[in-house]
Amino acid sequence: MTMTQVEPTAALAELQESKPERVTIVLLSGDMDKAMAAFIIATGAAAMGMQVTMFFTFWGLNVIRKPGATNTAKDLLRKSFGWLNKGGAASLPLSKFNYGGLGTTMMKKVMRDNHMPGVPELIETAQDLGVKMIACTTTLGLLGISKETLIDGVDQLAGVSTYLAEAKDGSVNLFI
Amino acid sequence: MRGKGDNHMIESDITLDTLGYFCPMPIILTSKKIKELTTGQVLEVLSDDEGIKKDMPAWCQTTGHEWVGLEEEATDPKTVYKAYVKKTK
Repeated sequence: MTMTQVEPTAALAELQESKPERVTIVLLSGDMDKAMAAFIIATGAAAMGMQVTMFFTFWGLNVIRKPGATNTAKDLLRKSFGWLNKGGAASLPLSKFNYGGLGTTMMKKVMRDNHMPGVPELIETAQDLGVKMIACTTTLGLLGISKETLIDGVDQLAGVSTYLAEAKDGSVNLFI
Repeated sequence: MRGKGDNHMIESDITLDTLGYFCPMPIILTSKKIKELTTGQVLEVLSDDEGIKKDMPAWCQTTGHEWVGLEEEATDPKTVYKAYVKKTK
């Protein structure tokens, strides 16, 4: 077997050329419409060959919680908070016109009738396309959410440094 | 499969039907379907989402596949857009 010598600068240029563009999205919101926007951009970017990382923090964590998952906090304050703050991609409220869930139910019907994917389907598509999903450890702790109650496929638990390390190389960085 | 239809101007090898689907589905389905083609083949994407007129050329520009062109067919009640993409790699 003959080995060919690769010139370092050429190899570097090739690497830079093949390096995909990076997109990072911070999802702070747990509203259905905002989660949809985040996942539509994420899946669209992945379909365009970009490397996508999504960070979930605060209410955004509700989007990647298993349906019906309860809070595992031991202290009463956070425990009671868990009763109010329910998770699950299929049960997110609209940021406007929720009307105790009625508006959201109507919106979901319109979406279904028009073949529009909902948040659970968009998450599945995102995972299928290799979108990386990271949960924020600080807010997991603050909200009393255990990592076992997050959906499968959440790649890692991390903090702000991990986000910044990815975002500094990102050509598109969004906060939703 | 080439040259099917009478008023068909652009020739294609494979057709992807995304009728009834909104953004981002046509693009996502295209990115999956293109893998089934061999280099040089042309994919025809059917869509009734008007956004495809701008989105598919943008997708081509980013992914490096060749944008061949678009045909519109006015049908009732919606216009059907036929976007053509040539696989380049």
